[in-house]
Amino acid sequence: MHAPKPPTVISVAGLSKTYAGGFQALKNIDLTILRGEIFALLGPNGAGKTTLISIVCGIVNPTIGTVTVDGYDIRDDYRAARSKIGLVPQELTTDAFESVWATVSFSRGLFGKRPNPAHIERVLKELSLFDKKDNKIMTLSGGMKRRVMIAKALSHEPEILFLDEPSAGVDVSLRKDMWQLVRELRESGVTIILTTHYIEEAEEMADRVGVMRKGELILVEEKATLMRKLGKKQLTLELSAPLDGVPTTVANYDIALMNDGRDLVYTYDTKAERTGITTLLEELKRAGVSFKDLHTTQSSLEDIFVDLTSR
Amino acid sequence: MNLQAIRAIYFFEMNRTRRTLLQSIVSPVISTSLYFVVFGAAIGSRITEIDGIAYGAFIVPGLIMLTLLQQSVTNASFGIYFPRFAGTIYEILSAPISYLEIVTGYVGAAATKSIIVGLIILITAFFFVPVRIDHPVWMIAFLLLTAVTFCLFGFIIGIWADGFEKLQVIPLLVIAPLTFLGGSFYSINLLPPFWQKVALVNPVVYLISGFRWSFYGVSDVGVGVSLAMTCVFLVVCIVIVGWIFRTGYRLRN
Ligand SMILES: Nc1ncnc2c1ncn2[C@@H]1O[C@H](COP(=O)(O)OP(=O)(O)OP(=O)(O)O)[C@@H](O)[C@H]1O
Ligand SMILES: [Mg+2]
Repeated sequence: MHAPKPPTVISVAGLSKTYAGGFQALKNIDLTILRGEIFALLGPNGAGKTTLISIVCGIVNPTIGTVTVDGYDIRDDYRAARSKIGLVPQELTTDAFESVWATVSFSRGLFGKRPNPAHIERVLKELSLFDKKDNKIMTLSGGMKRRVMIAKALSHEPEILFLDEPSAGVDVSLRKDMWQLVRELRESGVTIILTTHYIEEAEEMADRVGVMRKGELILVEEKATLMRKLGKKQLTLELSAPLDGVPTTVANYDIALMNDGRDLVYTYDTKAERTGITTLLEELKRAGVSFKDLHTTQSSLEDIFVDLTSR
Repeated sequence: MNLQAIRAIYFFEMNRTRRTLLQSIVSPVISTSLYFVVFGAAIGSRITEIDGIAYGAFIVPGLIMLTLLQQSVTNASFGIYFPRFAGTIYEILSAPISYLEIVTGYVGAAATKSIIVGLIILITAFFFVPVRIDHPVWMIAFLLLTAVTFCLFGFIIGIWADGFEKLQVIPLLVIAPLTFLGGSFYSINLLPPFWQKVALVNPVVYLISGFRWSFYGVSDVGVGVSLAMTCVFLVVCIVIVGWIFRTGYRLRN
């Protein structure tokens, strides 16, 4: 019997990277990726996301720190570590003169796997590339090239898939297909780490979210917890009669009149001890303000993200 | 050992050669044939023989070496420079392959190609001049050793270069003059004594001399010395390539 595999699939400890020019792109990163999860890495341009991925995949040497992949050190056991990883890099880099079929088969060979035309065919069909298999890559559109890069990464049946901004330059329908594929891969047990600038994507797809800023990993959280913890909520009261101004008795609340004085919007922090809703409502009642309806809205991951990274 | 990966790289590179067949194989053959016509006919009418060998036949080993060196350096440097330039190197670097396997794949393919070109020139030569090969095994050995050594050298250039100019500068400014001055078309014994000494600093002299010995049994310097020097260049290149990979120079930084 196989012992169940440990839940950690990638472990990054004390990782820093200073590029040859002296620029420090990563500062003491600690990160654990869990087996089978979808992990979204967010952060503004230049935060260090690609650098982090490149180190784990063996493309860039770390300055200090250790990384293990499925228990294998990326330096000492680079063969075992790298053979588990498929990488779709951010840049579209392809062998322009090769055919789709040749380049995808090449990737499989590079990762030490025996030729398996049936698998390559399956991958190409999955990515709607099969009818282009004999085309030279330079004759493909940008979105197709990106799919070729995904096919290359999947050609050797990786257990871990890195997608560095997979949705850049990809149209809506392809994006949908791609996320469908990601879900299927996750279902088959593949761990997926992706970076994106489309926060809705992280919100929709990810189990956990990490946020980077200026080379630091400033936050790692379950997506749900993150939204709960950091999410601001807004309580909107639809007033029975419009007001000219906020009643003075509640002026110390984070409150604003909207919609030509017909709505009173109260913003509160869900992670605060008390939301202040009860007292606010009491104050309003005392001030003679009545309302016909109310609803609350939760801030999106995007709001949270902007809030975090702009600090 | 990731044999699949070596195979993948090797055949990828050989495919590239096949696609550019004209430029890779036909053009060196044409240019060497021109050498035969120009040097063999024009100069050969004045210098009838050197060391008892007809001049046209005498220059064959030198011509093959000239092409072999240029081809090896160009093929190997381009083979590794291009993926760096295009960015496709990411895949090589992220693959579970050792340095030795990467080098074997790229250098193996580049060496194969330059040896093929060398042999084609040899065959072409048979149509023009009376070529004789006294020591075929040594001939092949020198061919192999030189091709591998200079492909490694080319590999180093391909990693060092950060632009197409640098890629071309070494074959143009270093390899070509050294080969022309290295006795491709004459015996260095024909030089004044002072210049003979100077010539001995030129590594290519040893390659050509040893190679010519394998054809006609005559050489400018001892065969043992030729062989030893060739091996020294090989080891120097291996050491540099080893250092490149250990430090990640221009690859993983
Ligand atoms: N090869 C390099 N040499 C020097 N500096 C580099 C190199 N690669 C990246 N950097 C720098 O490291 C920092 C992090 O870059 P990185 O590509 O990891 O950012 P990123 O988070 O992926 O950004 P983006 O969202 O734009 O893709 C940037 O400031 C960048 O300029
Ligand atoms: Mg990036």
